[in-house]
Amino acid sequence: METLFFLIISLVAIVSAIMVISCKNPINSALSLILTFFCLATYYVMLDAPFMAAVQVMVYAGAIMVLIVFTIMLLNIRVNATQKHAHKVALSCIIGFATLINAAFIVFKSRAAVPAGPYTSNVIKQVGHTELIGKEMFTTFLLPFEITSILLLVAIVGAVILAKKKL
Amino acid sequence: MGMEIFGLPMMYYIAMVAKVLVAFVFVLLTVAYSTYAERKIIGHMQVRLGPMRTGWHGLLQPIADGLKLFFKEEIIPAQASVFAFLIAPLIALIPAFITFAVIPFGGVIEVAGYKIPLQIASYIDTASGKVYDLNVGALYILAMSSLGVYGIVLAGWASNSKYSLMGGLRASAQMISYELSAGLAIVSVFMLSGTLSLNEIVNQQSGLWYVFKQPLAFCLFFICSLAEINRTPFDLPEAETELVSGFCTEYSSMKYAMFFMAEYANMITVCALTTTLFLGGWQGPLVGSFALLGPVYFVAKVYALIFFCMWIRATLPRYRYDQLMHLGWKVLLPLALVNIVITGIIGHFIN
Repeated sequence: METLFFLIISLVAIVSAIMVISCKNPINSALSLILTFFCLATYYVMLDAPFMAAVQVMVYAGAIMVLIVFTIMLLNIRVNATQKHAHKVALSCIIGFATLINAAFIVFKSRAAVPAGPYTSNVIKQVGHTELIGKEMFTTFLLPFEITSILLLVAIVGAVILAKKKL
Repeated sequence: MGMEIFGLPMMYYIAMVAKVLVAFVFVLLTVAYSTYAERKIIGHMQVRLGPMRTGWHGLLQPIADGLKLFFKEEIIPAQASVFAFLIAPLIALIPAFITFAVIPFGGVIEVAGYKIPLQIASYIDTASGKVYDLNVGALYILAMSSLGVYGIVLAGWASNSKYSLMGGLRASAQMISYELSAGLAIVSVFMLSGTLSLNEIVNQQSGLWYVFKQPLAFCLFFICSLAEINRTPFDLPEAETELVSGFCTEYSSMKYAMFFMAEYANMITVCALTTTLFLGGWQGPLVGSFALLGPVYFVAKVYALIFFCMWIRATLPRYRYDQLMHLGWKVLLPLALVNIVITGIIGHFIN
C-alpha cells in the first residue's frame, strides 16, 4: 500500500518537475514547481517527519513561491519560443546525462543506511518529531540558530537600505 | 466487524467516509446559508428586511442564487491566460475545504460497539482508547491557508485586466503580511499547550478555555484572520469603489460563485480554528456523559463567531491601504511578539 502510494506521488513529482522546465509560460512553470514541493512534503510525511512537511508547504510553497510568482507577474516576461539555442541544449544534455549516471551509481552501489545515533525511528515516534527538532535547535545548535537569525536580520536591513536611499 | 482491509477493520473505512461526508455537507450548507444570514443580519441591523421574496422570509434565496449563477453565461476574456484562469477558482476553493480534515468537532462516540473519534484525520487505538491525530494539525491549517493566496494571485494575473491585477496584488500582500502575525499570535497558545495536535489542545481546555489565559492572542489571531480571508474591514482586494470587484472582476457564472464559496468557506474555517484554539472546541457542560453534545457545542460556538464576523461587517468601514499595512506590521506584529515574551516569562516562573 505504502509502495503504491510512493509510486503515485513519485510519478506526479517527476511529471511536474519535467513541466517546470518544459512549460513555455513561466507562470505555469512556477505552478508545476509548487506541485513538486507538495510531493516533497508528502515524502516527508512518509518519512515520519510531519513538521518538515508542514514547514515545506508553508515556507517554500506558501511564501517563497508567492514571491517568485509575484516577480514573474510584475516583470511581465514575454514568451519567446522561436529562439533556438542548439549548443546550450547540447551542453545541458551532457551535464544532465553525467548527473544521471552519478545518481544511478549512488543509488545502485550504496546501501540504504539506518539512521545512526540516538534518534532512531522508534524514538522519533515516541517523543515526537517536532519536540525533538525544537529541543536540539535551542540547546545543541543554539549558536548556529542565532547566527542564522542575525544573518537574516542583516539581509533585511540591507534590502531596506538598498530600496530606500533616503531613510 | 469481520472484514479487515490493510490491517484496519471495515468499520474504520465506513466511519471515515461518513465523517468526510458529514463535514463536507455541513460546510457547504453553512456556506450557502451564511450568505443568506449575512444579508438578513446586515439588513436588520440597517433597519431593512433583507431577502423576503423567495420562500418564507427568503429562506430559498441561496438556492435561487446558486441556480442563477449556474445558468449564467461563462465568459473567458480573449487575452486571458486560459490555463491559469480556469484553475484559479479551484486553487482558491480546495484549501478552504481540506483544512476541515484536522479540526476536531466532537469527542469519541460509539456506534454499534465501535468507537469513532469525531475528527476526520484521526485514529483511535482500540486497546488503550487513546485518540491519535495529526501531530502538527495547527501547522497544517496554516500551511493550507497560505496556499489559498495562489488562487487570488492567479485570478488577478490571468484575467489580464488592471483592476484584477491590482486586486490580486493587494490580496497577496495583505495575506502574506497578516499570515505572519496570525502565526505568531497562536505560538503563545502552543507554549501553553506544549503540543501542536488540535485534539490535545481541545482536551487541555476542558477546564479553562485559552481565551481567558491568552486574551491578547485571541484578539490578535481573530483580527489577523479577518484580514487574511479578506473580510471587512480588510476587504481591500475587492473594494468596489476603487477596483470594480478586484481579482474576480473578469469572472462569471460558476467560477465567480467558486470564489464566493471559497471566501465563506475560509470564514467558517477561521471561526472553527478560533473555536478549537481559544474557545474550547467541542468542550462544554455535560459533554463527558453525553458525547453527542460535543458537535452541538462546536457548531454553536462556530456560528456565534460567524455572527460576530457579520456584525463587524455591518459596523466598521473599510481600512485604507497604508493604514492596513501600518496596522499589520507596526501594531499587530510587535504585540504578538510581546505576547510570546510575556507568556514565556510567566510560564518560566510558574514552572
